Amino acid sequence: MRRVAIVGAGLTKFYRNTQETPKELAYEATKMALDSCEMKLSDIDCVVNGTAPDAFDGVHMKGEYLSDGSGAYRKPYMRHFVGGGTGVLSPIHGWFHVASGMFDTCLVVAEEKMSSAYPHPAGAFLTIFDHTTEQPLYPTLIYIFAIEMNRFMTTHGYRKEDIALVAVKNKKNALDHPSAQIPGEVTVQDVLNSEIMAWPVNRLDISPTSDGAACIVLAAEHVARRITEKPIWIDGCGWSLDTAYWCTRDLYYPDYLEVAARQAYKMAGIKEPHKEIHVAEPYDPFTYKELHHIEGLMLAPRGKSVEMLVNGHFNRDGNLPTSPSGGLLGVGNPIAAAGLMKIMEVYLQLKGAAGKRQVPGNPTCGVANAWGDLMQVGTVVVLRK
Amino acid sequence: MEITEKMVEGTATKLSAEEILEGKVLSARWEPKLKYAWDNGPAIGRYLAELKNGKIIAKKCDKCHRILIPPRMFCELCWVPTGEWVYVQDTGIVNTWIIGHVDWKAARLDIKGGARPITLSIIEIDGASKGMGILHHLGEVDPWKIHRGMKVKAVWKPPEERTGSITDIKYFKPIK
Repeated sequence: MRRVAIVGAGLTKFYRNTQETPKELAYEATKMALDSCEMKLSDIDCVVNGTAPDAFDGVHMKGEYLSDGSGAYRKPYMRHFVGGGTGVLSPIHGWFHVASGMFDTCLVVAEEKMSSAYPHPAGAFLTIFDHTTEQPLYPTLIYIFAIEMNRFMTTHGYRKEDIALVAVKNKKNALDHPSAQIPGEVTVQDVLNSEIMAWPVNRLDISPTSDGAACIVLAAEHVARRITEKPIWIDGCGWSLDTAYWCTRDLYYPDYLEVAARQAYKMAGIKEPHKEIHVAEPYDPFTYKELHHIEGLMLAPRGKSVEMLVNGHFNRDGNLPTSPSGGLLGVGNPIAAAGLMKIMEVYLQLKGAAGKRQVPGNPTCGVANAWGDLMQVGTVVVLRK
Repeated sequence: MEITEKMVEGTATKLSAEEILEGKVLSARWEPKLKYAWDNGPAIGRYLAELKNGKIIAKKCDKCHRILIPPRMFCELCWVPTGEWVYVQDTGIVNTWIIGHVDWKAARLDIKGGARPITLSIIEIDGASKGMGILHHLGEVDPWKIHRGMKVKAVWKPPEERTGSITDIKYFKPIK
């Protein structure tokens, strides 16, 4: 296998509703990514595209629809999709193409336009559930995440007021992110007093619905070294899927993530992730989910993440900064693009180019993950400089 | 200008929902009405037939000895065909639950006006293997008094109203 580097990145602003069409958003992020490393589309050998349910855009075969905006005209092109986990599968999918030796360069494009589903995209999710045993009960995503949060809380004795600190931290971090949709200074009381969506989830425990796109440029080592003095290497990839019988899993712990993380750490030669990883972007569509994933990534012992959060361990200037970007809770959640935004943040942090968001201590190794499908998929990427 | 600012400069234009709804920005609209009839397969087919009889049935894996609910024709862990059918109880315990103040489309329920919050739960069914849960609603209970491990029992629709559906159980209610 060949070593693969990220050499460029582009991102759009995230809004609840953008005027641009999905393919226009994809174009903007892709163009920006090429410009960032002074490459032209003719320098690109192949393109992969990550985008989540077709039901958001209401465009069936959305991958094909997005191909032009993704710079894929007459190039090898392939779409991938694992629900919310898509954005971190994106670099893995691009990595296959280059690590295999088949291609020297690859564009990795992720796009989501959630605003097209009216009045709210939540309703578009009913058909992800088992059509006979679950759908007639009218479940929805907020419910199943609330159901998981509750199991996580009752197993470890975690309190809502402590978990709320994730929203406080991430929304504050997002104040320094120019794409951010809902950054802000909020307090624990603000989170607890915000509208109940599905207890134990309140409004400020949830990331917003968003439109946006992101893109990174991948290159094989010999090409990467010509493009940049600071290539950031994809040193570990992992992904796994737990059973779709999600009511028969114990939701208190993300086994799917531990399996994926172990695979990525093994590939990267990481034995003690809590010591060897300096910056992390755990997937945070909900407050509890960042902590759930910190435990699944083995960056905190099971049942200890809240204590570490309260002690400031995960702050931008803490021992292990998590979601220094502001995460999905602050920057926003255009599904696939949000996952790739997290990869981009680790890339910028390792380059030392994260500006006001830069974590101290010259980090050399970072990890990002995403999660989706029926709460069952884990996608993990380890980056190093 | 720092690198991320440069990266996102000039991208994506913000719109408000009102601009679209009031026609200030033109949009194309479509409201699909799709119809499907999903086959249930032999395992869930029998499960539904038994629900119509007021019973809950599971299936056993002869390799891992788990009693699986909902029943399935193959064990997803052992990757072998499952064995005998096993009746389980219509009682269980609450594994985890929610108190929903929005509906499945994320529209607010009129909780202040007296609407009952949605109390969806994972219920571990007695007689099935430990941790084997099904999704169902809770009823006849103060939502704020639900707790982990609470014992519950199915409340069935009258036989003449049952159709062979998971909703033949109206909800689960607490029992001593």
